[in-house]
Amino acid sequence: MASLVDDDPRIIEFDVRTDEMLVNMGPQHPSTHGVLRLVLRTDGEVVSEVEPHIGYLHRSAEKIGENITHRQFIPYTDRMDYLAAMNMNLGWALTVEKLMKYQVSEKARHLRVLIAELNRIASHLVGMGAYGLDLGTFSPFLYAFREREKILDLFEEACGARLTYSYITVGGLTADLPPGWLQKCEAFLDQFEPIIKEYHALLTTNAIFVKRTANIGVMSRDLAIEYGCSGPVLRGSGVDQDMRRDGEAIYTAMYEGYAFEVAVMKDGHYPRDHEYPAVPADAVLGDCWHRFFVRMLEVVQSMDLVRQAIDRYASCQGPLGDPVKLAEKMPTGDAYLETECPKGQMGFYIVSDGTATPWRARARSSSFSNLAVAHELCRGCLIADVPAIVGSLDIVMGEIDR
Amino acid sequence: MADLLINTLGLPGWLGWTITAVVAAVLILNVIAGGALVFIWAERKIAGRIQDRLGPTRTGGKFGWLQSLADGIKLLAKEDLMPEGADGMLFRIAPYVSFCASFCAFICLPFAFDVVGQRLNVGVFFVVAVLGLEVFGVILAGYASASKWSLFGAMREAAQVVSYEVPLGMCVVVPVMLAGSMDLVTIAEKQSGWFTNWYLFHDPFTFVVFWIYVTCAVASVNRAPFDLAEAESELVAGFHTEYSGLRWSFFFMAEYGSMFLVSALAAVLFMGGWNGPIPLATLLGLSEGTGDTAHYLVRLVGLANLMGKATVGVLVMMWIRWTLPRLRIDQVMTTCLKYCTPLAAVMFLGAMLWQIALPGGVIPVLRTPAATVREGWLPGPGGSPPASAKASDVAKVGS
Repeated sequence: MASLVDDDPRIIEFDVRTDEMLVNMGPQHPSTHGVLRLVLRTDGEVVSEVEPHIGYLHRSAEKIGENITHRQFIPYTDRMDYLAAMNMNLGWALTVEKLMKYQVSEKARHLRVLIAELNRIASHLVGMGAYGLDLGTFSPFLYAFREREKILDLFEEACGARLTYSYITVGGLTADLPPGWLQKCEAFLDQFEPIIKEYHALLTTNAIFVKRTANIGVMSRDLAIEYGCSGPVLRGSGVDQDMRRDGEAIYTAMYEGYAFEVAVMKDGHYPRDHEYPAVPADAVLGDCWHRFFVRMLEVVQSMDLVRQAIDRYASCQGPLGDPVKLAEKMPTGDAYLETECPKGQMGFYIVSDGTATPWRARARSSSFSNLAVAHELCRGCLIADVPAIVGSLDIVMGEIDR
Repeated sequence: MADLLINTLGLPGWLGWTITAVVAAVLILNVIAGGALVFIWAERKIAGRIQDRLGPTRTGGKFGWLQSLADGIKLLAKEDLMPEGADGMLFRIAPYVSFCASFCAFICLPFAFDVVGQRLNVGVFFVVAVLGLEVFGVILAGYASASKWSLFGAMREAAQVVSYEVPLGMCVVVPVMLAGSMDLVTIAEKQSGWFTNWYLFHDPFTFVVFWIYVTCAVASVNRAPFDLAEAESELVAGFHTEYSGLRWSFFFMAEYGSMFLVSALAAVLFMGGWNGPIPLATLLGLSEGTGDTAHYLVRLVGLANLMGKATVGVLVMMWIRWTLPRLRIDQVMTTCLKYCTPLAAVMFLGAMLWQIALPGGVIPVLRTPAATVREGWLPGPGGSPPASAKASDVAKVGS
C-alpha cells in the first residue's frame, strides 16, 4: 500500500469529508407517534443508522398483572393499544378462557366479532390519518377522525367509554347492546362505505403520496418473518398469515362461518382488487405503499365482517350470558394465545398457580417486533423517509412499553 | 403626491420626497400587514372548511374575524426565548431580514395605474431580487438557532429556493420580453383591454409559462407541497423551531406577505394586473382624466381587480396546502432541475419565436387596439415627475 504523502489527494478528501451528525428524533417530536425516540446518524440528509429507544411509556402493566385478578387486568389491557382497546380486551379474555377452558355463548361470540372488527376499522382509520400527517398532509387525518368519531359514539353507547372500553371481558361482555344500536351501526356502515373512495383519492392514488411511499422501506418476505413482524406489516410483504384464519382453535372458532379473504397479495393480485385503485407501477411488494394499502383493504374486510356479525348476532336468541365471576379457584397451568389485533399479532401469556391472581402475566406486543425492523428499513434513506417508514409500521407506544 | 407637495404647496424638494416616501412606506406596510392578518384568518377558516370543521368562530363576535389579532397579542405576551448556544445577534436579526425582504418587494408593485409606491424601470428585477433575499433570513435563523433541526431546515431552504430562482427568473422574463420593459406598470398597462390581451392568453407558450411560474412561485415562498424548510413531520418546525413570540410571528408575516406578493406578481405579469377581463371603463366611456370622480372610480376598480386576482392566487395556495402531501427534498430538486428549468427554457424560446413570427397573434381580431402606455402622475422611469398627466402625455408604444 502506498504511503500517504502530503499532496496525496486522499488527504484532502479526508479533510473535506462531511461530518456525521447524531440527531434525536423524539421523544418530543410531531411524527414519532407518542414517545418514541429515534437516534438518527445522518450525513446531510442521508440517514445511515436509526436506533429506536423505547421505554418512555412504561407502566409496569405486567407486574401489576401479578397482583390483581384476571378480570381486574382487563382495564390494563385497554391501555396497551389504546387505539384498539376492544381487541386488547378480547385477547386477554380469550387467553383466560383458554386457561379455564371456557366457552362463551353463541350470541356473545358474534357480538365480540362485531365489536372487535369495528374497533379494527377505527384503529386503521387512525393509522391511515396519522400516516397522512407523517407525509405532510393534514386533511385526511381529520377525515379519518370524522368517521372514527362515529365508531366511538357507537362504542360509547354500548359500554359508556370512548377510548378505554373494558367491554369484552372474561366470559363474554360486560353488557348487551342497547336497543336500536344495530340500526345505528348499519347506518354508519352505509354512510362510511362510499367515503373510503375519498381516502383512496386523497392518499392511495395521489401522485405525491405514491412518490413518497412506493419503493420506500422495502421489507422482503424473509426479513419480515425474521424479525417476527405481524399484522398488516407482515401481509404487506406478501406473507399470507392472519391469526383469524391460522390461529389457535379457540380464536378461529370465533370466526367460524364468517367469509373473509386475508388481505394479502397473491399472484400479483389483492383480493377483490378490481374494486380499488390499481397498484402503482413504482410500488414494490413490501414497501410503505403496500403496508398502507393492506390496511385500507382490511377496513373494507372488517366492514364486511361487521355486516355478517350484525346478521348473526341479530338472529341469535336468548341472553348474552353473564361474565364469569372469577373465584378463588383457577386451574393451575399456563396459557398463551395470539390474536389478530389491528397492529399485528398480540399475544398474552398467563401462568396460573391456582390462586385468584396470575403468577405471571405477560404480553407479547406486535408493535415491538414491527418497530424492531425499522433500523433495517431506514438504512441509507433520507430524513424525510424516516417518518414515512416508521409511520407505515403503524406502531402504538402504549403497546410497546406496556 | 410629491408633485403636489413640492409644486403646489411649495415645500423644499427633499422634504416633499421624504414625506412621500414615509407615507408610501407606512401605507404599504400597514396594508400588507393587515392583509397578512386577513390571510392568516382566511387560512384558518378555509382549512377548517376543507377539513369539515368550522375554524375560529368566537373571537371578535362572529366568524372569529379577530382571531389573527388575538393570536398576535398572545405572541406579544409570550416569553422571548433564545437557545443558550445561539448566536444572539444573528438569531435576533434573522426574522427582520425575512420580514423586510418580503415587504420591500411591495414598493414597486403597482396596485392600480399609478397606485404604486415607486415606479421602477427595473421593477421585475427588483421584486425577484428582493424576494430572493428572504431566504437569507431563513438561513440565518437556521444557522443561528444552534439546533440541528433548524440547520436542516435552513440547508433545505437554501438549496430549494436558490434552485427555484432559476426557472422562476426564466418565467418572469417572458412577459418582460413581450412588453419590452421591466417596469411592472408598463407590463400591466400593455395588457389593458379585453382579457385576450393578457399575456396568459398571448400564445400557447406563455400559457405554459404561467403554470411553471405558479409551481416555482409556490416553491419559492415555501408553501406546501414544497414546505420542506419547516416540514413539521420531519424537522419539528424546521428553521423556526427555536423561535417563539413576536420573532416567530415575523416569519409568519413574511410568509404570508410573500404569498401575496408572488400572487400579485402573477396577476401583473400574466393576468393584466389591475385591468379587468372586460374593459369596462372604455366601454362606459369613462375618461381617465385627472381629478374627476370617474378617475378615482377607475383606480378603485383597478385596485379591486388586482387584489381580487392576487387573493385568488393565495386561496389556491391554501387549497393546495390542505390537500397535498409534502414532497421529499430530492423530489423537489428533481421537479425544479429536471422539469421546470428545461421546460421554462423551451417555453422562453418558443415565446420569443412566436413573438417574431406572429407578432399580432393568431387571430389579430382578438387583439384589441394597440395598448398605450401612459406616463401617469408618479415619477416615470426617468425619475422626473411630469407636471400633470394630460392626454398629450400618453406615449404611444404600439404593440
